[in-house]
Amino acid sequence: MIYPASDLSLPIALAVAFFLLLGAALALIGAIGFLRLPTFYERLHAPALGTSWGIGGIMLASMIYFTAASSSLVVHEILIGTFVTFTTPITFMLLARAALHRDRTARSHGVPRKYPIGPEERPRKDDDPQAS
Amino acid sequence: MLPYPILTVSLILMWLLLSGFTLGQLVMGSLVAVFASWAMASLRPDKPKLKKWWLLPKLFFIVLFDIILSNIAVAMLIIRGRKKGRKAGFLTIPLELKDRTALALLAVILTSTPGSVWLEYDSYDGSILMHVLDLEEEEQWVATIKNRYEKLLMEIFA
Repeated sequence: MIYPASDLSLPIALAVAFFLLLGAALALIGAIGFLRLPTFYERLHAPALGTSWGIGGIMLASMIYFTAASSSLVVHEILIGTFVTFTTPITFMLLARAALHRDRTARSHGVPRKYPIGPEERPRKDDDPQAS
Repeated sequence: MLPYPILTVSLILMWLLLSGFTLGQLVMGSLVAVFASWAMASLRPDKPKLKKWWLLPKLFFIVLFDIILSNIAVAMLIIRGRKKGRKAGFLTIPLELKDRTALALLAVILTSTPGSVWLEYDSYDGSILMHVLDLEEEEQWVATIKNRYEKLLMEIFA
């Protein structure tokens, strides 16, 4: 269904425009940060702008617009927001841990190494050195 | 009968949101949700022990508020550049939280908040490694996470 935007009353149109611009602006700033920040770990933070309140603003705008235009409650956008919020951190963590793994293997500077050897090789507290 | 009540309710809600609120869809959605939660039970994941589930909305609103603030902070940092003397950095935080579901939730909260990314959890000494975009005071980050999130999560998950 297509709802003409010219039918909206002014306060609702303003609210829709505000949230839409807020979301779009955050997504744009996130993209700029993604381009400009110097290191990989720093660049990881920028897209989170677009996936938190970037998507949140656009979601709210869509909910307000379609609720007002169709005169019935439209809230299924919440599902998009929920799934984006719960799935993007998994991608971020996967990318970050892959980078960390590579940097540790390459003995890069500035990357925390907890143990001089791999974590699976360090001694356990309850291990008895005599027994093995 | 219902091994995962929250999962079942969420699935019914999702079904109704996607296909409209009618009686027929409610019956259909409930059937799907019940069978899906049985399927989940046969996978036998760790059953999350929710003790004070009514604190979950409180956690939700705290996180929502913090995400707004960190959105503003990260957007400013990208536009204006970093303030003098600040830098990005890694951070190790010792945690007392042991419950797996609570840890997963904390990981999602920290990573979906702009400005902090969860890197790894060390189950040997119970500490996490994070990367923070604007590392001002290490103690301040540790205090925020421990007091604001960990305490509440430990109350929710017994």
